[in-house]
Amino acid sequence: MTDSSHTSSTNTPSAGTSSASAAALPALPGRWERFRDSYLLYSFKRDVIAQLSLLVFIALVAIAAFAPWLSPMNPYDLAQIDILSSELPPFWIDGSDPAYLLGTDAQGRDMLSTILYGARVSLIIGFGAVALQAVIGVSFGLMAGYLGGRVDAFLMRLADIQLSFSTLMVAIIVGALVKAIFGSATFSTYAVPLLVVIIGLAEWPQYARTVRASVLAERSKEYVDAARVMGLRSKRIMFRHVLPNTLSPIFVISTVQIANAIISEAALSFLGLGMPETHPSLGSLIKAGFDYIQSGSWWITLIPGAVLVILVLSINLLGDWLRDVMNPRLYKG
Amino acid sequence: MIAFLIKRLFHALLVMFVISVIAFAIQDNLGDPIQQMVGQSVPESERAELREELGLNDPMLTQYLRFAGNAARFDFGYSYVFNQPTTAVIARHLPATLELVAASTFLIIALSIPIGVYSAIKPRAWLTRFFMSVSIVGISIPVFLTAIVLIQIFAIGVSWSPFPADTGWGTWLNDALSTDGGMPAYGRGNPVHVFGTWDTNFASLEGLTYLVLPAISLASIMLPLFIRLIRAEMLEVLQSDYVKFARAKGISMRRVYFLHALKNTMLPVITVGGVQIGTLVAYTILTETVFQWPGMGLMFLNAIERSDIPLIVTYLMIVGLIFVITNTVVDLIYGLVNPTVKLTGKPA
Repeated sequence: MTDSSHTSSTNTPSAGTSSASAAALPALPGRWERFRDSYLLYSFKRDVIAQLSLLVFIALVAIAAFAPWLSPMNPYDLAQIDILSSELPPFWIDGSDPAYLLGTDAQGRDMLSTILYGARVSLIIGFGAVALQAVIGVSFGLMAGYLGGRVDAFLMRLADIQLSFSTLMVAIIVGALVKAIFGSATFSTYAVPLLVVIIGLAEWPQYARTVRASVLAERSKEYVDAARVMGLRSKRIMFRHVLPNTLSPIFVISTVQIANAIISEAALSFLGLGMPETHPSLGSLIKAGFDYIQSGSWWITLIPGAVLVILVLSINLLGDWLRDVMNPRLYKG
Repeated sequence: MIAFLIKRLFHALLVMFVISVIAFAIQDNLGDPIQQMVGQSVPESERAELREELGLNDPMLTQYLRFAGNAARFDFGYSYVFNQPTTAVIARHLPATLELVAASTFLIIALSIPIGVYSAIKPRAWLTRFFMSVSIVGISIPVFLTAIVLIQIFAIGVSWSPFPADTGWGTWLNDALSTDGGMPAYGRGNPVHVFGTWDTNFASLEGLTYLVLPAISLASIMLPLFIRLIRAEMLEVLQSDYVKFARAKGISMRRVYFLHALKNTMLPVITVGGVQIGTLVAYTILTETVFQWPGMGLMFLNAIERSDIPLIVTYLMIVGLIFVITNTVVDLIYGLVNPTVKLTGKPA
């Protein structure tokens, strides 16, 4: 799916917002030839770690996207769950049932299926939250950087305050309050959109800061002056002229932010402020399994944990590579 | 200097004001204090009377000023669950969290500086590569997962026998790969009483064993970050002219690294470190949940579960205050230590 997005010249970076599949990695504007000759592809071909991470990441996204067709059973369907086959170990341990490849959890749900569905939920929330952060953060960052003055001071002060609390803390507090306002039952029903909003609101300052910094650098360039002299409105200059030139740092932090959002979601779910156990994400699977670790059923918590780590690690490694290629000094300025 | 100080203090007050407004909004909108105080059976007329008496019908501004005035005297009312002043509840839970934070801060400092400096001095050594790969993996592991893995390995124990057990070397390898467990991973044990509400885990060996796993978990999330930061800064400093000059002068390398270069490396580390204290507090919530460590984070989560609004509000205000104080102090220290920062009112 990543390849097809490169071939089309009409795709925009904000097109794949909420769906997990469309927002996959470098969706650079430009034609296939330009991409083929780019330094990006050149360095990708030479970097084994980046290739491996992309492979793992695409594989995980694919199996998560096709979870309903791939998984042996539907973990949301109570009729398929047999409590008698609960806490069965995975296949390499004695006493396992070949029907359940990775064993079963305490409710008798097939681990493989719950993990596939859980990864799906985690990825949807991760991508959704990052899309929301990007929308808020990019517009605030553009406004702060381009308009300057009071708008800049106010928005950056807001970002400072929020960052000094750390994004996870803000997410926990907002999550707790949202849960208190809506009540547990409503929260569970609308957990996915609510978590997207919570994590999106908690982490926008990263975007705003990055965008602002590159807008400040772009603003003093001649093409912006030219556009202004031509009498274009600021809104048009901001979105049509300045924004396209700040895309590469946005891509770089997007990868890191997706990893962060997935971890934040897992942390919230682990604290009981996220996805309910009936509709689990990787984080709530870990939480659910943690209660049984003392009785020796380690796989209920550690297998989803391993999947989470592999997912986040592959994104982080890709982000590392992308940062080195696109903007070596991004985090230094 | 005075202008800088005043500006920072003003900023700090502004942040506290914002936090207090948020806290007030929470207190005002969530839960009904009358309901909590008297329960279901009291008639409506009596409720209205009580409402009037408590000043819940006053204008918003009056109510906020009363809230802020009480907050300035550290009076946040009574916890619904504990039936005690919320500040007393916090005071009882604060030492556990502070000790946990202190222990992991010690681990972070003691490990990140030597490792960071080493990997900057020897960027191509295999040990450096090892540290760097471990650190990117470390960043990708959420803190609660590290904690769970530590519990599995050191508290519950792992028995793994991939090698034939009937041979001598096989048994030895199996033993080396398996752990007995037995480390305490639940609560604080029996901490030694010091004074007031402060019980310490540092006083006895038994207390320290309770501290080990939670402290390592909490440190694990910051450690990779600090190692990478110190390494990056140190690499940059080692390129600078004054280091080259010191080296050319014939000063011993050890002295150049640890006296000349390290000083300037630590400057950005101080700022980042100060900001990370906020993150550390957030992670104490996670760590304390896993280990049932009776600190403020666990207390906060329980307060959310039981909708103990006064306690939630108090926690927010106190944590906010801790953040604001540390950030202000870090800024001031940075200004004092780094001669290139102008301590005037102008933004840098």
